[in-house]
Amino acid sequence: MLRIRCPWCGERDETEFRYRGDASRSRPAGDAGLAAFTAYAYERENRRGWHLEWWLHVGGCRQLLKVVRHTLTHEIRSVGGAEEQPSLPQESLPQEVGR
Amino acid sequence: MNSVPNSRPIASSADRVSSGRYSGWRLFLEGLTGQRGWSRAWAKAVPRSGYRVVIVGGGGHGLATAFYLAAEYGITDVAVLEKGPIGLGNVGRNTTIIRSNYFLPDNVRFYEFSLKLWEGLERKLNFNAMVSQRGTLNLFHTEAQRDLFTRRANMMRLLGVDAEPLSREAVKALVPLVDLDNGRYPVLGGFLQRRGGTVRHDAVAWGYARAASEAGVDIVEHCEVTGIRRDGHRVTGVETTRGLIAADTVCLAVAGHSSQLAEMAGLRLPIESHVLQAFVSEAIKPVLDVVVTYGAGHFYVSQSDKGGLVFGGAIDGYNTYGQRGTLPVAQEVAAEAVTLMPGIARLKVLRQWGGVMDMTMDGSPIISRTAVDGLILNGGWCYGGFKAIPAGGMTTAHLIARNAPHPVAAHLGLDRFAAGRTVDERGIGPFPYAH
Repeated sequence: MLRIRCPWCGERDETEFRYRGDASRSRPAGDAGLAAFTAYAYERENRRGWHLEWWLHVGGCRQLLKVVRHTLTHEIRSVGGAEEQPSLPQESLPQEVGR
Repeated sequence: MNSVPNSRPIASSADRVSSGRYSGWRLFLEGLTGQRGWSRAWAKAVPRSGYRVVIVGGGGHGLATAFYLAAEYGITDVAVLEKGPIGLGNVGRNTTIIRSNYFLPDNVRFYEFSLKLWEGLERKLNFNAMVSQRGTLNLFHTEAQRDLFTRRANMMRLLGVDAEPLSREAVKALVPLVDLDNGRYPVLGGFLQRRGGTVRHDAVAWGYARAASEAGVDIVEHCEVTGIRRDGHRVTGVETTRGLIAADTVCLAVAGHSSQLAEMAGLRLPIESHVLQAFVSEAIKPVLDVVVTYGAGHFYVSQSDKGGLVFGGAIDGYNTYGQRGTLPVAQEVAAEAVTLMPGIARLKVLRQWGGVMDMTMDGSPIISRTAVDGLILNGGWCYGGFKAIPAGGMTTAHLIARNAPHPVAAHLGLDRFAAGRTVDERGIGPFPYAH
């Protein structure tokens, strides 16, 4: 069970939230071309390690949150509003976790 | 191939022992002589410095690809590199179900091709994989769902695949455990594919490994790929924990971790990695001789020959590489189980585990060439990779040997995303956590 500390509502169970995927993408300029839009629509970061992702607090304030979470340990490093630009921690992976 | 020296160490060829042909007669004779005549099922190969084809990943799809390359396409200069031992990845972590009850014609053809290969697999491999066509039954709970399932069954029948509507009474007769009038979602009926069923998953890995090894493929265990070598746009080999191995063609068959391996070649994929949980109850006497899926949620159950109920539900729903699950999904699966079959409420869950899977942007797999010449991808199996092992192996082998897609897998290329030809069975769009 993940516990996500919503900046507006406080710490809540993951069941109150809906996952919305990779938050590292940004929409290309209108004239960026087919390859750029294909990458934007379909390609994902999918890191094994620290991952920047969207969570919608659907059972609470209904805000879209930007979360930094580790995809092996599930540790949550930060939760912020949609406009924030958190940097991902650069530490190496704990190799044996989750195997 | 000529560019790679053929320097098989003596240890490797001396190690290549035949396990002989398995038969009832041989089992009987071995029983008389204390079972001392068996040899290991596949050779533990030491990797050579180069191969024509290197397959990364010794799971179901990697081993099947190697076997069909050797057996159907005559390419035996092949190595399968597996990070751990054979059989401990997703091929040993699934719920063992086979079926071809899809709606989109391309999917029906592909999975039916697989089901047909399952039907002849044990003779082909000379290995008892316990292929059991006990039937898969999909229950429906609303009139709208009846229409949806009827449409799917009609599509299957148009394509020559069996699908049979069952009334409430017929459902009850087939599966007495089902509570037809459960409070929230009464069962209105079901669709049965009699040729669906289960297969012993470990035996699939062992059977393909043995048959591939016998056909001349090197199965290299405990050999982790740490890098992919390129010369410009062309793949030249792989770096591994057991040294550099050159190859004309490198095939990735590492579903769950396809993004990591592809990144080594500088590629980004339309994939997210998610975990799917599975559960086994304590063993009980036979109560369930068909695979049942619950239509008002995401729950499927069968009974193994050991007697345990094997069941599972939906993915946990967020990116993870942890081979474990979290409690909210376990609780939901348990709730669905006792809603459908109240009689099993007192059973204890014996084991629970998770497998990491490639979830693609349209919910369909990828069997494709990539932007790097000679690098082939078999992945994106979502939660349906097990049933597709024979077809995945055959069509990937075809793609490697002929350098052209196999007709039944031509729709599974990576180029479908840019071209707008996604194969989205559920019509959801590029949201893998929702597939």
